[in-house]
Amino acid sequence: MIELIDVALLCMMAVSALAVLWLRNLFAVAMLAGSYSLMAATLYVVLDAVDVAFTEAAVGAGISTVLMLGALTLVPHEEKPSGRHALSGLVVTVGLGALLIYATLDMPSFGDAGAPVHRHVANRYIEDSAAEVGLPNVVTSVLASYRGYDTLGETTVIFTAAIGVLAVLGWGGRPGRRRPPADGETRP
Amino acid sequence: MFAAAAAALLVAMAMALVRAVAGPTVYDRILAVNAIGTKTLLMIAVVGFLTRRPEFLDIALVYALINFIGTVAVTKFVKHRHLGHPANLNGEGEL
Repeated sequence: MIELIDVALLCMMAVSALAVLWLRNLFAVAMLAGSYSLMAATLYVVLDAVDVAFTEAAVGAGISTVLMLGALTLVPHEEKPSGRHALSGLVVTVGLGALLIYATLDMPSFGDAGAPVHRHVANRYIEDSAAEVGLPNVVTSVLASYRGYDTLGETTVIFTAAIGVLAVLGWGGRPGRRRPPADGETRP
Repeated sequence: MFAAAAAALLVAMAMALVRAVAGPTVYDRILAVNAIGTKTLLMIAVVGFLTRRPEFLDIALVYALINFIGTVAVTKFVKHRHLGHPANLNGEGEL
């Protein structure tokens, strides 16, 4: 049953991704991207990656949709027909996909106890992190202490991205189109 | 029984997806994506019971909140053509 749910969700994700490519109405594309994220989040829950699903729903379906709508206020509704087909892009994408699938052939099978991820540092995290870091949650210890610099870098990236988005969208109204607020109108 | 419920939810999700792709109006798409979000959170709850892990219910609640915020943002965008303060209080957004 779980496999059937996986296949059905993946098919629907493929349909919505293709529709994003084909449709010219940008609002519809933003909506379909949101539904794609929601189905991806469901797939992650089915695959038991609940925390990833959480992030996908909050960022992919929530924030991204709002940001895309914010960008839509700055552009026309319809995508301009480009006229030419980017054949080289298709070749590069298909080639990269084939390479990635080829790379998965070397990976250990799902749930393999002898996989490097289970034999490398995970045991030390599980056994010693309570004594070394002093936190009951192993994931928090790994993210905040063992991989602290990595987390710092990620936070820097996200902070920079947020600044870039704010610079592009100009939150709080566009300059030049600002008017005095009317009665009953609230500023965010 | 939960398997049947999951199958029914998948069918409902597929039909909502058809409406989201076909349109034709903006409101069809908003409602379709909102329906897909609702089906998603029901699906998470059903999968939780299907795999005997009912603690997934908390996640489904958070999904309901996210879905609501997203729909509010979309409807505000359609009405005002802006996410912050309304750009045009009199006219409705046109898409």
